[in-house]
Amino acid sequence: MAVAVEVTGADSTGAGPGPGFIEVDAVEKVFSVRRRGASRLRREKHEVRAVDGISFRVARGEMVGYIGPNGAGKSTTIKMLTGILTPSGGRLRVAGIDPARERTRLSYRIGVVFGQRTTLWWDLPLRDSYRLVHRMYRIPDARYRENLARCVELLDLGELLDVPVRQLSLGQRMRGDIAAALLHDPDVLYLDEPTIGLDVVSKAEVREFLRDLNAERGTTVLLTTHDLTDIEQLCKRVMVIDHGRLMYDGELAGLHEVGRSERTLVVDLERAAAPIELEGVRVVKVEGPRQWLAFPASRSAAPIVTAVAAAYPLVDLSVREPDIEAVIAKMYAGRS
Amino acid sequence: MGSGATGPVGRVWQLRAGVRAYGLIVMMWIRSTMTYRASFAMTTFGNFAATAFDFVTILLMFAHTEALGGYSLPEIALLYGLAGTAFGLTDLLLGSVDRLGRRVRDGTLDTLLVRPVPVLAQVAADRFALRRLGRVFQGLLVLGYALVVLDVDWSPLKVLMLPLAVVSGAAIFAAVFVTGAAFQFVAQDAAEVQNGFTYGGSTLLQYPPTIFAKELVRGVTFVVPLAFVNWLPALYVLGREAPAGLPGWLAFLPPVVAVGCVGLAGLAWRVGLRSYRSTGS
Repeated sequence: MAVAVEVTGADSTGAGPGPGFIEVDAVEKVFSVRRRGASRLRREKHEVRAVDGISFRVARGEMVGYIGPNGAGKSTTIKMLTGILTPSGGRLRVAGIDPARERTRLSYRIGVVFGQRTTLWWDLPLRDSYRLVHRMYRIPDARYRENLARCVELLDLGELLDVPVRQLSLGQRMRGDIAAALLHDPDVLYLDEPTIGLDVVSKAEVREFLRDLNAERGTTVLLTTHDLTDIEQLCKRVMVIDHGRLMYDGELAGLHEVGRSERTLVVDLERAAAPIELEGVRVVKVEGPRQWLAFPASRSAAPIVTAVAAAYPLVDLSVREPDIEAVIAKMYAGRS
Repeated sequence: MGSGATGPVGRVWQLRAGVRAYGLIVMMWIRSTMTYRASFAMTTFGNFAATAFDFVTILLMFAHTEALGGYSLPEIALLYGLAGTAFGLTDLLLGSVDRLGRRVRDGTLDTLLVRPVPVLAQVAADRFALRRLGRVFQGLLVLGYALVVLDVDWSPLKVLMLPLAVVSGAAIFAAVFVTGAAFQFVAQDAAEVQNGFTYGGSTLLQYPPTIFAKELVRGVTFVVPLAFVNWLPALYVLGREAPAGLPGWLAFLPPVVAVGCVGLAGLAWRVGLRSYRSTGS
């Protein structure tokens, strides 16, 4: 199997040379990890290339999904783009600023939401956390009031402002965190797993808000996620990283083609039947009256459901999206 | 570096921004604490009482002996009061920097690095606890007792020595706290080592140097310069000779030592933060 995988799907808006709002050129991050070697006492130094030569451009106002399995280098990339980590090699620019050298100047231009680490004040009303942001970022009063009012309206925070954060649900807290990251009018918003752990309704609310934000304010959004639905509903463009390398950069539909990923239709029939036969559909598993049908993720589920319903007594059905790990595994398999 | 603030102008800006941010965050913590008023009152008293037991221990010893290492009770109260007040102030103002290692481990340090204010200010203000005033009061109380009871031949220089010792001492402890925190960028579980020097050091200083081995006294003079917090200035005030055969003029050095320590601690912090940003954790 080839180790070096070229980036495919070059049709994306911001890719290729030329100026971008976010510019990443051959960026590397090498960690040296010590671990116990053969002899118990000596620790051997061991190099881990968390990010191994990544290049991409993101245009102003783009909304890009950044996906990959755990430990692929997603977080490390985000940490370099926010100035938390210094790259070991390559060149990075966000809004013309070198993040590692001018972390403080950059912080006024970016908003960051770490999905699992809230920056809100646990024991204080939500409003107090926003006041701190107001003063910490020295946001002009009028601007602050305007931005807060907009976030409160769009994120439906009105009744939560005077509630201590510890009493908020996970979804309410996430909305609160997103508002906190936007009060200083950032040009770029980084979201690390913004929908993780949220229920279906909360997920939908967060997605809707991000879509509006991007459309109305032209905020550039880069989000990492495990949930392909996030990408499907928000991002025209998706980048896939694995083992520190960019595996794919382009449209989501293209990713499904490259990855030959499949969605699964689970149908419950009235009684056990022989495996369903349909064009372009493969029966993966039969368990009594329940059957698992796989079909290419690029195809719509609707005609398949119609065809099944027409020919079989259908009781219940559900569609399962392919998970990112499976898509990436298939990408590898497809190239070997 | 890091924030792009280099040169004297950048430093001054950073210092001002740091102090301002520190104030903002401290206010947030005070308001958080005040949501549990009863608990606050109890923990403040608890803090006062717990530290007071240190002095009770000394009182109990004096129930059985006239002197400890050649020192009378009021003399030891002076040592205790100076060290206790200095340490109490530092513990109040940045006692939570030893939580840095935990922040590195659980990744919450990253949330501090994306804000437009110095990281040290944010870490120093973290979990600011007003209840630690209890320790300061207790130190001042013992210091007051010593000053009332002691029969000292006061001179202007000796009077000046006391506030100077408290402020310099607090700065020296602050430097130890920050250096320890900087070390936690590399070794995240070093909080206990740090506590050995801070809490352990302050307990050491409550006793006269004569009861310790010469090597230890020299160690806390030249290596981790805790002797400048109270021993050297207090012995001058008491008209005693400097410990372990050290020259007497060292008694005037605490402010100089404090400035040096703070400078070194600042350097250690920058090195630590830079190493974190290049290695992750």
